[in-house]
Amino acid sequence: MSIDALPTNRETLKLSPRPESAGALSTVITLAWRAMLKIKHIPFQLFDVTVTPIMFTLLFTYMFGGALAGSPEVYIQSLLPGILVQTIVFITVYTGVGLNTDIQKGLFDRFRSLPMWQPSPVLGALAGDLFRYSVASLLIIGLGLVLGFRPAAGALGVFLAFVLVLVFAFAVSWIWIIFGMVVKTPESVMTTSFFFLMPLTFASNIFVEPKTMPGWLQVFVQFNPVSHLTTAARGLMHGTDAGADIVWTLVASAVIVGVAAPIAMRMYYQER
Amino acid sequence: MSNAIETERLQKRFGENRALDELNLTIRGGSVYGLLGPNGAGKTTAIRVLTTLLKPSGGKATVLGHDVEREAASVRQKVSLTGQYASVDEDLTGHENLVLVSRLLGMSWGEARERATELLSAFGLSEAARKQVRTFSGGMRRRIDIAASLVTRPEILFLDEPTTGLDPRSRNQVWELVRQIAADGTTVLLTTQYLEEADRLAERMAVIDHGRVIAEGTSHELKSSIGGNALRFQLADPARRDEARELVSRIVGDTVLPNTDPTAISVKVASASVAAEVLSALCNARIQLTDFSLGAPSLDDVFFTLTGRPPELPAAEKEQAT
Repeated sequence: MSIDALPTNRETLKLSPRPESAGALSTVITLAWRAMLKIKHIPFQLFDVTVTPIMFTLLFTYMFGGALAGSPEVYIQSLLPGILVQTIVFITVYTGVGLNTDIQKGLFDRFRSLPMWQPSPVLGALAGDLFRYSVASLLIIGLGLVLGFRPAAGALGVFLAFVLVLVFAFAVSWIWIIFGMVVKTPESVMTTSFFFLMPLTFASNIFVEPKTMPGWLQVFVQFNPVSHLTTAARGLMHGTDAGADIVWTLVASAVIVGVAAPIAMRMYYQER
Repeated sequence: MSNAIETERLQKRFGENRALDELNLTIRGGSVYGLLGPNGAGKTTAIRVLTTLLKPSGGKATVLGHDVEREAASVRQKVSLTGQYASVDEDLTGHENLVLVSRLLGMSWGEARERATELLSAFGLSEAARKQVRTFSGGMRRRIDIAASLVTRPEILFLDEPTTGLDPRSRNQVWELVRQIAADGTTVLLTTQYLEEADRLAERMAVIDHGRVIAEGTSHELKSSIGGNALRFQLADPARRDEARELVSRIVGDTVLPNTDPTAISVKVASASVAAEVLSALCNARIQLTDFSLGAPSLDDVFFTLTGRPPELPAAEKEQAT
């Protein structure tokens, strides 16, 4: 291609002024479309939300099942809602990783210099993440059913538990959005997140009854929102009473969003 | 018409660091304007403030009559930015990237797809339309990036170091693009470390250093502002450069100018007789020259005189073209 062949069509460069600004909903949908395209182009992105949960479910069911509950079939009834919670809470960190990558690559400069509703890129990314959470959840629940998980409350109960987990994941994502804007590289978002996610998910009632733990740890487990979410998810799936834990989870989610979202948006509006 | 860009004692501090220290700029519309300066001079900060990505810490900046702080939305309506790093999504294809930006600017899906196809063909990227941007060469990335800034025609296009890291051929393509964009009536503000680039593209330019404008004008004005003529000569044996330099500075004092070419020396001389003196001294020392010339100083000479630092090497000489 020769230099003077560029650009071939000068009319293209002269174009009418900008169209009417896009609406907020339209830009969020467009940016969610972008998140879907990324999954299409790099299916490997889904590795963490597919292979890891499958591995965890299989490992814990067969490794701990016999020892903790007498048999894997009995254990999976209480483990599966917990594994669902753990997996989804873990992958919320990708919200921050993705945001940080966009910032480092300069893509956010372009978004922020466009005349559009400024929170769109953040909300569009969150919409894309909800899709990933759904993929992971479907896989875990499907695998659970194959392994002998029998939710007493049926499909509706499972669906409600899934929605509750999504609400909590959406809330936690805001924390990673703040991280994504503060730290320098996507890798450090990952590394720092493990300091929080490991204790939050393992020091909970997901794998074992807190009864056998030392007192101080029981206190932590008791106040750990992940424990409440897990109890709530178990209750919804098996039709047992978990009203208090559902409320606890919803309040915790609202508090996290109420605190983290304004901080995140303020940081986002401001400079980096 | 009012000026395209005006800044008055514009300041931007990051902690203790004054990235912009009372920057004053007046840029008329309808031309290519160059912001010239070494790394860390404040060029990128200036562009980020003018495109509303950063808030000024003091002073005032207006773009097309709109205050960048109070009327940021109006500024964003009218300008486009192509940042220093290709600000496109590497995971998406060329076409998808342009559809994305078109949609975000308010086009329907149909219009966006049409506009993306049109732009790809205008920028010679049709064949790469379905390829992920991560597979693009440096020059192609830069073109898709500029294309994304021209989805709708901005009144001012900001280009932050548009040719950094490009091979000479791609650089020429970008230069040609910039000329066409300007010819079609868009004001272009570009930053560069390369004096040659500013000299070729920009009608007027400001040299910035430490967040301040240290010189402003046309390339001709800047060159004549440092006065005198420049004597340039090319050594047959580069190994003798230091020796030649020392000899020359003994005659002309501290006016040896930097040169990016290791076999060349430039020196500011007050008159032709001084030039003759320098040449005869070199001749007596048996330092052979392959070429010499006496003329107006280059922008490199201007830069060195103003900042006391040699200019950056052009990218193509620093890193091999990819």
